[in-house]
Amino acid sequence: MGEKTIQDINARIADGSVHVVTAEEMPHIVAELGPEGAAREVDIVTTGTFGAMCSSGAWLNFGHSDPPIKMQKVWLNDVEAYSGLAAVDAYIGATQMSETRGMEYGGAHVIEDLVCGKSVDIHATAHGTDCYPRKVLDTTVTIDDINQAVMMNPRNAYQKYNVATNCSDRTLYTYMGTLLPNNGNATYSAAGVLSPIFNDPTYQTIGVGTRIFLCGAQGYITGEGTQHDPSNNFGTLMVQGDLKKMNKKYVRGATFHKYGVSLYVGIGIPIPILNADIAKATAVTDANITTNVLDYGVARRSRPVLRQVTYEELKSGMIDINGNEVTTSPMSSFHEARGIALELKESIRKGLFYPTLPVERLPNEGVSKPMKQIKEQPTVADVMASRVTTIKQGLTVEDAAKVIMEGNFNHLPVVSDEDKLVGIITAWDVAKAVAQNKRDKLDDIMTRTVITADITEPIETTARKLEQHNISALPVINNKNIVVGIITSDDISKLMTRR
Amino acid sequence: MKITLYATPEITAKPLIAEVILETKALLNIDRADVKPKGGEVVIDVPQDRYDEVTKAFEKRGARIIRLELPVIKDDDECVNCGACISVCPTGVISFKDDWSIEMDVSKCVQCGTCVTMCPHGALTLSE
Ligand code: SF4
Ligand code: SF4
Repeated sequence: MGEKTIQDINARIADGSVHVVTAEEMPHIVAELGPEGAAREVDIVTTGTFGAMCSSGAWLNFGHSDPPIKMQKVWLNDVEAYSGLAAVDAYIGATQMSETRGMEYGGAHVIEDLVCGKSVDIHATAHGTDCYPRKVLDTTVTIDDINQAVMMNPRNAYQKYNVATNCSDRTLYTYMGTLLPNNGNATYSAAGVLSPIFNDPTYQTIGVGTRIFLCGAQGYITGEGTQHDPSNNFGTLMVQGDLKKMNKKYVRGATFHKYGVSLYVGIGIPIPILNADIAKATAVTDANITTNVLDYGVARRSRPVLRQVTYEELKSGMIDINGNEVTTSPMSSFHEARGIALELKESIRKGLFYPTLPVERLPNEGVSKPMKQIKEQPTVADVMASRVTTIKQGLTVEDAAKVIMEGNFNHLPVVSDEDKLVGIITAWDVAKAVAQNKRDKLDDIMTRTVITADITEPIETTARKLEQHNISALPVINNKNIVVGIITSDDISKLMTRR
Repeated sequence: MKITLYATPEITAKPLIAEVILETKALLNIDRADVKPKGGEVVIDVPQDRYDEVTKAFEKRGARIIRLELPVIKDDDECVNCGACISVCPTGVISFKDDWSIEMDVSKCVQCGTCVTMCPHGALTLSE
């Protein structure tokens, strides 16, 4: 069939005959009419997503004060913004935290307050120059008082995201929300069928210059997002739009408990259906989109993949992980994503929004590299004491007391006949037992659930365990649960001061 | 329905709840108990038709009873219907409606507070 042009489509918007559907409606149409028929029938498919997009922020220009200042540092409601550029420009990043209120309020909340028309306190400092003599400035502004307020987000609209669950035995607080111990729940990012990039995975219409719905305003894609990873279906977009025209409904500051601040951003992208290929891509459903379930209990870059799931399974509310039924919940809002796709559809039908084609294509191949680290992180193996005294299970408290006294240390791991770790005794446990006249079996007084360090884990992880459990030493084990060393908070602080 | 029982240190020492169960023969279910030196606070699930009788039995023994109307409150202006709160609730209070907005069956709530910290938008609070 002949291809449609963007001009044909825009002419239909102008004369009111355009046929727009959402990405949720399109699969049925393609199933019924086939890609060719659907491409003839439908002009535009609208997508939408509404969720936490940490890589967000806004450029603000405050105008010049009198006497003028070249802001070196600037705070908005006690949240620091970046001002290492010309005099009165600043970039407020969404995840920056308030210096007085911590993670309860951050850059995202400042941006939300600006969009809501609330006044924001500005505090700036400078060194003072002949042309910019002023050293301190304090004022209060609303979004109407400042020149430009431009949302500019380096990485938004992730094509999809991993599912988070937690195989460890303690509760984790992450950017994927609270993850309950022992796979108590699983969280995911919800757009799925409405995900903009999944509806145009070869980037035929999504590219530099594509006009988009950005938080209620008309914005633009300015490039590939940072960490754009199209070959792994983890594409991202860099976007920009006028904060002054945004709807507060779609710009929402958020706090992830014990993790930090983020901004919920609403993005909708129209896909002009120029040909059957594009129509076919927009027929994607939740059942066709798969993602990985990762164990966030492992705090490393490569987290173990527990299984693959489809969005259809995730949205059913329950998935199977290692034979257990685990309740899922989204972190982003499918309800609002659908609302955005519908709102965009309406604006196009009313002739208020005209889609564009990209002026430059985005890469549809390539991967995001991990960080190059030249000073490698030391691991437990580098720091631990490998000469560790242990005691065999089945011996007595008296025996333990002797060993501790001779060795002059505080922690004594208890091992089985095969040298596997079964418990731990501290000098304090022994003293207490002796005082209570419990001198016989070690088994009665040892701690059985031992917090351990794995010999391969980075020292940062171990330091965090010591801090969290408020203890001063951990036995180090290998993958066979055999005690191979001991690491103390002293060892770690010595290392930190050396660096 | 749910009630909160407040007891002073003197009466927490007595087998208050056992006594009331024996007296009224009502099937009481303890959802949450928080007993501190300065007194106890227990959330109890009471069969609807036994509410008056059970309340009286507790009050007779010197405990204060407050009926939990809405154990957890959602601020609809803040809620974005993400559903993050769903998977952390131990009793399945929160679920999606067909249109992917959130609904809550608060009669099942045990006021554990997990959903309150999970909510990224500060939309949930526990009532006193
Ligand atoms: S987590 Fe908060 S914002 Fe999300 S659905 Fe629950 S109450 Fe609403
Ligand atoms: S307080 Fe606990 S029981 Fe009540 S709704 Fe929240 S998570 Fe569920």
